[in-house]
Amino acid sequence: MLRIRTSEFAIPVALCVAGAIFLLVGSLESTQFARLTVQGVAQGMVYSSLALALVLIYQATHVINFAQGELAMLTTYIAYQLIQWGLSYWEAFAATLVIAFVLGVILQVTVIRPVQHRSVIATVIVTLGLFLLIDGVASWEWGAQLIILPSPFGSTDLSYNVGGVLIEHLWVGTSVVVLLSLAVVWGLFRFTKLGLAMRAAALRPAAAALAGVRVDVMLAIGWGLAAALGAVAGLMAESSNLFLDPGFMQQPLVFAFAAAALGGLESPVGAVVGGIAIGAFQILLTGYVPALGSNLQIPFSFAVILGILLVKPNGLFGRRQVQRV
Amino acid sequence: MTKLLELEDVEARYGPVHVLHGVSLAVEEGTIVAVLGPNGAGKTTTLRAVSGTVRRAGRIVFNGKALSRTGPDGAARLGIAHVPEGRGTFSELTVWENLRLGAYTRRGSIAADVERILTYFPWLSDRRRQQAGTLSGGEQQMLALARAFVQRPKLLLLDEPSLGLAPVLVTEIFRIVRELNEKEGLSVLVVEQNAHLALQAAHSGYVLEAGKIVLAGTSEELRADESIQRSYLGY
Repeated sequence: MLRIRTSEFAIPVALCVAGAIFLLVGSLESTQFARLTVQGVAQGMVYSSLALALVLIYQATHVINFAQGELAMLTTYIAYQLIQWGLSYWEAFAATLVIAFVLGVILQVTVIRPVQHRSVIATVIVTLGLFLLIDGVASWEWGAQLIILPSPFGSTDLSYNVGGVLIEHLWVGTSVVVLLSLAVVWGLFRFTKLGLAMRAAALRPAAAALAGVRVDVMLAIGWGLAAALGAVAGLMAESSNLFLDPGFMQQPLVFAFAAAALGGLESPVGAVVGGIAIGAFQILLTGYVPALGSNLQIPFSFAVILGILLVKPNGLFGRRQVQRV
Repeated sequence: MTKLLELEDVEARYGPVHVLHGVSLAVEEGTIVAVLGPNGAGKTTTLRAVSGTVRRAGRIVFNGKALSRTGPDGAARLGIAHVPEGRGTFSELTVWENLRLGAYTRRGSIAADVERILTYFPWLSDRRRQQAGTLSGGEQQMLALARAFVQRPKLLLLDEPSLGLAPVLVTEIFRIVRELNEKEGLSVLVVEQNAHLALQAAHSGYVLEAGKIVLAGTSEELRADESIQRSYLGY
């Protein structure tokens, strides 16, 4: 019911509105602030899609997939390889999403499914193993090369001039691509029979099976979707990097963990909002407090998140069960 | 009449704990069959053996097809709707989403079935967008029934529909089950502690004790049986 939900989420929603107003007013006051905000939001979008991938898997199996970032890195290399073989960037992008989906499904069926009924810890350890394995394979295959994957949004000098504020094409492009993929995922879960079955399988596997849902298949599709979202994150994170290097998704993964924890590990909306908030915070902090530099921004960001989690342990959008017995 | 469901010598266990020691029973097409018995006799396990939510041995034939290797999703696709104890309602989803899930195994529109089921549960129609977890216990039980109905099953497995509900609601639920049976031709295998109500609604029944069928008969025969009167009907 609407009343219960608004009261439950009153504080996080108020916080988000306050944050949005802060960013808006700041952007109107100062062009420097506006530039950093747009950059931060674009950066945050990358965290959002990776965090959403984590949440998709966590919701269904209560497992944090530590390999999510490396999987995204691997699929980015696959996209690079496809471009080397002559595909255009966007052709490679589309093909990579399909490959990532298939890869996710295969990993779930071959590596995760045999252990998932044992224990959560066993599954988490398998994902850690995957992390190391993928990292090793990518370093072995591509690590020694200097790889430059051109940004799909053109050179970084290209900017839109919005009321005197120079906004790079890269930031706008990143945000649009991530928003589109989030919209597709949202639509899938909200409006399709498959999405409904996936939600049911995640919420109550036993009851979903009784309704005729093949829970194993849904879990595999969930891994596929998460891998595809990760591929979007990887490709978009890469486009703001100069070089492609096997470790490039490790820092985004840490921020995606933080985004998911901040938003509530079981809340897709929370993951997206958390990602954007962390991205904006991170870029604004580095922009205005250069003393924190690129080394101190991680501990500082985490200190803030820790503070929030002390007050709301389930994350901002973590849901306490609404149930009458 | 043809047998829709037949169990022959069915055994089931949870790990080392043997629960069913060779249960045999049958549900004729178009009838309501009750399984009575004390706590821990294996009533719930009998239903779970049919829907494949527990490992079982022995012969289970549904609609001419052996179910020995069929899991719960396969059983649902064959036309078995299992409303488990505790209802199996998706409390986080809306009422409408619960009904749509009921139709998961079917193709095409469910509008006609939903209209039909709303004639049995008229109050559901203004609650479509409400989260199912905010319904009362009785309403959730009715939603579970409605969801099972939208599945268009040949056989409904109903586990302790009276559990935790007020007597008025329990009577109401059994009245609806009886109506679904008479008007829609739905066959039902119901497990129930309240022998009085169950025998009123059912055509025939079995008494299960310690994992074995100890008594079988029509509802009239069972109601007239002395040991049943003593143990279950409280005369």
